[in-house]
Amino acid sequence: MIETYFNQFRDFVAQPWPWYVAGPLLALVMFVLLYFGHEFGISENFRLMCAADGADNMNEFFKIDWRSGEWNLLVALGAVFGGYLASHYFLGPQGDVAHISDATVNSLNAINIGVKANEVPLVPEFISWKGLLTWQGLLMIGGGGLMVGFGARYAGGCTSGHAISGLSALQLPSLVAVVGFFMGGLLITYLVIPYLF
Amino acid sequence: MSRYIFVGILLGFILYKSEAVSWFRIYEMFRFQSFHMFGIIGSAIVSGVVIVYLIKRKHMKNVEGKEITIKDKAKTYPRYLIGGFIFGMGWALAGACPAPMFILLGAGNTVFIVYLIAAMTGTFLYGKLRKSLPH
Repeated sequence: MIETYFNQFRDFVAQPWPWYVAGPLLALVMFVLLYFGHEFGISENFRLMCAADGADNMNEFFKIDWRSGEWNLLVALGAVFGGYLASHYFLGPQGDVAHISDATVNSLNAINIGVKANEVPLVPEFISWKGLLTWQGLLMIGGGGLMVGFGARYAGGCTSGHAISGLSALQLPSLVAVVGFFMGGLLITYLVIPYLF
Repeated sequence: MSRYIFVGILLGFILYKSEAVSWFRIYEMFRFQSFHMFGIIGSAIVSGVVIVYLIKRKHMKNVEGKEITIKDKAKTYPRYLIGGFIFGMGWALAGACPAPMFILLGAGNTVFIVYLIAAMTGTFLYGKLRKSLPH
């Protein structure tokens, strides 16, 4: 009996979550963290991790009381668990597929990224250890990560800190940051990615 | 402290199940070929604006009994534009911003350890170059 309910619950959660469910829930995450006395901002974890790993002895940007940011490190750890649980127990009959539009499938095929409609994996083949052996993979994963870590701290936040928390609090700096995010993203999407494959 | 792990687990589910962690979804977003990602971020902002408004209006208190306040961000703009631009480039290249990186690691995509190390290197580099960068 309980098993049926549990299976029903699992199947319900395992469906793809629509935007109008995910978005408000993200705002809820922001609210819960505010209630606990903190602001939602994941990229701060990079600074905390650097400080915890000894960077605090090398540079005053990292001379922070990183232990007071422990809560954020736990959120990041929780996110790791969440990824594990969602991908292993709440996958649904199709597996982890990205339900991208046909237009996007066509655009990708046009730039030599071979994906088939309805069979698009969540993570591309080139984002993998094998992909890392190619310069494209190195650029995307290593270069991409480097730019995210550098840019997020330079801008004082990433999508969670600026696009969600900052804009919800009507902060003009966050709007400028988000405009920056998009300009950078568009440049890569239109002027770099098409020439990678 | 375990409350924060649960918040993180929820975050993991939200971004994983809504496919926001997918490189292809980010590409689709920058191509403006679907409303999906804009819907996620947009409805998060709309909900967030309402939440923040209610927090201020009702002088809501946090778990410690102190009124919830949101710090104003420093109003010096070059850092947001330049830093944001660099972040955006990284976001489009890797198809993942910080939270999706953690989530995909948990989902078994161990290659994101390289992303994490690269990101920490980037943050460290920022710390070193900070004094000579426009803010």
